[in-house]
Amino acid sequence: MAHAPTAPLTPFAIKDCALIALATGDKVQTLKELRDHLKTVPGSSLYYHFWGGLLHPGFEEREYGNDLGEWAKHALHDATLAERLAAIDPSGFANPEDMRQALLDVVEQRLEEDSANPWTPVDRQFQFIRSQIVVFDTGRTVEQPEQLAEVIAGLSPGSVFYHFIDARQRLPRGEDDFRAWLSAWGQRYTGLAQGLAAIDPYFISLSELREQLAALFANSHRSSTHV
Amino acid sequence: MSNLLESYAEVAGTDIVDQLRQLAAPLRGMKVVHVNSTRVGGGVAEILHKLVPLMCELGLNTRWEVITGERDFYQCTKAFHNGLQGHRTVIPEHLLRAYQETNARTAERLRPVLEEADMVFIHDPQPAPLLGLCPNRKGTWVWRCHIDASHPDRHVWRYLRRFLTDYDASVFSLASFAQALPHPEYLIPPSIDPLSDKNLELSREEIAAVQQQFGLDPQRPMILQVSRFDRFKDPLGVIEAFRLARKFVPGLQLVLAGGTASDDPEGEAVHLEAQNAANHDRDIHLLLLAPDAHRIINALQRCADVVLQKSLREGFGLTVTEAMWKGKPVIGGDTGGIRLQVINYHTGFLVNTPEGAALRIRYLLQRPERGQEMGEKARQFVRENFLLTRQLREYLTMLLALRSGITDRIELS
Repeated sequence: MAHAPTAPLTPFAIKDCALIALATGDKVQTLKELRDHLKTVPGSSLYYHFWGGLLHPGFEEREYGNDLGEWAKHALHDATLAERLAAIDPSGFANPEDMRQALLDVVEQRLEEDSANPWTPVDRQFQFIRSQIVVFDTGRTVEQPEQLAEVIAGLSPGSVFYHFIDARQRLPRGEDDFRAWLSAWGQRYTGLAQGLAAIDPYFISLSELREQLAALFANSHRSSTHV
Repeated sequence: MSNLLESYAEVAGTDIVDQLRQLAAPLRGMKVVHVNSTRVGGGVAEILHKLVPLMCELGLNTRWEVITGERDFYQCTKAFHNGLQGHRTVIPEHLLRAYQETNARTAERLRPVLEEADMVFIHDPQPAPLLGLCPNRKGTWVWRCHIDASHPDRHVWRYLRRFLTDYDASVFSLASFAQALPHPEYLIPPSIDPLSDKNLELSREEIAAVQQQFGLDPQRPMILQVSRFDRFKDPLGVIEAFRLARKFVPGLQLVLAGGTASDDPEGEAVHLEAQNAANHDRDIHLLLLAPDAHRIINALQRCADVVLQKSLREGFGLTVTEAMWKGKPVIGGDTGGIRLQVINYHTGFLVNTPEGAALRIRYLLQRPERGQEMGEKARQFVRENFLLTRQLREYLTMLLALRSGITDRIELS
């Protein structure tokens, strides 16, 4: 038999979001130019190239998890740089400036290792893009974690993005909204929270991510009702 | 839900239509005006025919106005179009005068509507000077450039830029198409309308009738390229690829379908070159179609086994999007917007030579199950990214962003 929740809590408010991209006019063709522009591009541009791209037209499988890594491999043909850029987890930084510094360290290191300053043809330039995000309330709320199992399958990609990806740079510990909400219920949903932490969202489309989340919540709900 | 929104929900999904309604809610009652240069023909008019009623159904008070002029005006704007696309262009003074006079006359007619509007979308260069001719405007003005202006003729761009700098924002289709302007430059890729004649579902009978009309054998494989007869679309390269592939795929048929070239001397020349290259080969079908032959193109795309867009240079490449929407794997030239859509082994193949195209044709015809898999992925990719509903969502998002200032994050209450 399922345990009752440990305490009454604030309902989970389902939000949605839409992203719009803007040109910054910053274009780079060499590794040195990349370093120079990384120093000055707006933080919203780093957000876009690591996270925002998931909500904007683009192919669902990013080999290197972010736009800079993709460019390093497919335009500069520098697999070493691509792999190092892919290892940067944007949710691991307290603020965009720390992330900017980590990116600069990777590029500087590569420039020291390879003095050739690789370059791309004009039509393979990296175009820095920034974004604006509009967040809106859907008016729907969920009172109990079990209800999320039903709700998640019908969420829009924007809602999935907002609660599972965007949350990582909004919340202090870099976690998603679902885990943050579940943690307020004490130990009861620890397993579910661990399952959520194990989903790596960078290599799948938002609709695939939604399916994984829905399956995880459904499984958790089924097992709790059979205890 | 209204009929039109309901129709889109059936094709694009209810979640996107719900999103549209939520985004539009704070904009209800807003007076929006679109201005372009024609109600008939061309991609912009095609989009506005659906976008305007959809915006109205979402509660925005939207109207569509058109700038019209005489022959000199259109010659001038055609030259602007060519110049923005990179052709070296010298525009005689009398044509530029006609351009400005036509805009001045249009401003006289439209000034009350434009100055009262909360939001004005000016599409392409034709009506661009209207902003300067509406001194008491109260709304936000956006210049929407549908043209690939990545390498414009510098004289043409300098001339046009003076009309654009005072706009509140501009919109380009891709980052690489944007030119530096002193205001926010939004990026909104184009889209296809899934309910238009070019893209809606067709019956088997209608498709079979088109095959019969053009003497295509439904029992044999067919590859297709739909494009104007233009050297950048590389029709001769497609014919060469077809011949290389046919050595391995006996019975292969090729269809090169393009618009009529009667008003385009270079188009006629390229069509003639293609005819010479085809050399009366009965399995190469060069089709000159009327501009409104949308259902025929739709049917050809649906009955093709593989669709090519072997361009040497390309803007966005909406013919690629259309083919992908019909579940076809696409072999595309490794250039421009084709790169955004065609991903090797996922939605098709990018190629650089006729030899590369032939190799991929052979692969896809030899491995039809892989082609089908890629086609399904391609259709899903278009559904999620390149339908009209997505473009409308981005317009609404931009309207909200412009209304809220230049902050990166806008939280609607």
